[in-house]
Amino acid sequence: MMKRTISLAYLVLLLVMLYAPIVIIAVFSFTESKVLGNWTGFSTELYTSLFTGGVNNSLIDAIKNTFIIALIAASVSTLLGTVAAIGINDLRYGKRRVVNFVNNIPILNPDIITGISLFLLFISLGITQGYTTVVLAHITFCTPYVVLSVMPRLTQMNPNIYEAALDLGATPLQAIRRVIIPEIRPGMISGFILAFTLSIDDFAVTIFTNGTNGLETLSTYIYADARKGGLTPELRALSTIILVVVLVLLIVVNYRARRQTRRAEQMQEQLKLKKNSRR
Amino acid sequence: MLKNITKFLSRRRSWSIPYVVFMAIFVVTPLVLIMIYSFQAKDGGFSMENFERFINQPEAANTFIYSIGIALITTLLCLLLGYPAAYILSRLKPSNASLVVMLFILPMWINVLVRTLATVALFDFLRLPLGEGALIFGMVYNFLPFMIYPIYNVLQKMDVSLIEAAEDLGATPRQVFTRVVFPLSVPGIVSGIMMVFMPTISTFAIAELLTMNNIKLFGTTIQENINNGMWHYGAALSLIMLVIIGITSLFTDSESEDGANEGGLL
Repeated sequence: MMKRTISLAYLVLLLVMLYAPIVIIAVFSFTESKVLGNWTGFSTELYTSLFTGGVNNSLIDAIKNTFIIALIAASVSTLLGTVAAIGINDLRYGKRRVVNFVNNIPILNPDIITGISLFLLFISLGITQGYTTVVLAHITFCTPYVVLSVMPRLTQMNPNIYEAALDLGATPLQAIRRVIIPEIRPGMISGFILAFTLSIDDFAVTIFTNGTNGLETLSTYIYADARKGGLTPELRALSTIILVVVLVLLIVVNYRARRQTRRAEQMQEQLKLKKNSRR
Repeated sequence: MLKNITKFLSRRRSWSIPYVVFMAIFVVTPLVLIMIYSFQAKDGGFSMENFERFINQPEAANTFIYSIGIALITTLLCLLLGYPAAYILSRLKPSNASLVVMLFILPMWINVLVRTLATVALFDFLRLPLGEGALIFGMVYNFLPFMIYPIYNVLQKMDVSLIEAAEDLGATPRQVFTRVVFPLSVPGIVSGIMMVFMPTISTFAIAELLTMNNIKLFGTTIQENINNGMWHYGAALSLIMLVIIGITSLFTDSESEDGANEGGLL
């Protein structure tokens, strides 16, 4: 019992450490003060000014850019990665190993190296950096994760199903669309979500590929802001909103997953009962 | 002609071609460019001057060693703090555990820079000075979940009957841990170390913000050189970092093949 209390206390302590900074942001999103840590009375001014555009437009632009880039990058990565995974799964062992190895490079490489290497690529090709280069860079580091989340679905799939579809007269393209895609859809969805969050959160790759035309995403905006000596107060409100949305999403997902396992358990028990009664 | 195209498309293996071409352009070529640039002088001829400069300039070399030191300390602290947490989590009821694991992962959904600035605010709030201590706290704070998750994953999938068997055979709780649980969790530890060490060695913005720009890490040095147009020198420094990372992953690769696959966050 004692041991259990100590264990739980340890977990709580770690969580307090992890959440202390976030709680401070959330609490101080309800006061107007410019400097974080200075309480000047309760106010929802930061939230209003975030939505009514009272903030300088560059923050709104940065938020828009972040979401548009993430949406494009995640969609293209999901398409490219899924098509690639279907292809890679069908390659012979040697080639498959090589492709998988290269696929792992952007995952293992630190962001700063990915950023600098792409920067050198665009410089060498003489491409002006801006929206396109950022999107291309994000696709580069997102697609490997899509491939990795789709691949297990493909390897776990019974290969006979595909063959059966062909035997029953489906063309290969039909077989892929009707048989393979439905099987791997969960992998595609989790790949898309992963790519989207990676893109939103990225800083190191973006800062090397966004060029000098003033294209800012949320990350680079915050960085520039912090270097100037302080966080735009509205960002506290924005961070709090993001946190709450993510929290709600995770709770919903968790709740649904739990309900599903419970339902599965119930079904299994019923099956057991049936078997027993038959005896 | 059209028939050939359909035939080509219907072979599944040809579906890998677009991505192979994409990777050749955006993954392989850029890395080759880093190598080319780092062995080039400003005029474009082959030269070792960038590396000579690194060795002869104590500042960059010192920053490099200092960064490795900070990364090692951070990794060690994450392991010391994270292992017990992962162990405790793996002993919880599965439904409770998934909730707590979620709580550990949740902060990572907030932008790294915002979290870092929040750490700065916390230090201000508690009247603690910014500097090395804040830097290490901030790094541990940012990367701890990456250590807990893979270890938890391995521990949770461990076959309970192994522990029971050890107990039945008369092992004390301590022996069960040192002889059974810990050895079996090594793949998780290895992938946790990789997931913490690799990003810590290459961070740049976090260090700037947490130390009021007083302490420079190797990542910052690389970034400054690239920003100031010293691409060749910056590329050489990147290559040095790549070599260190290559060595680390070779070091851990053989043991972590499963662990790394299980270490993913989704």
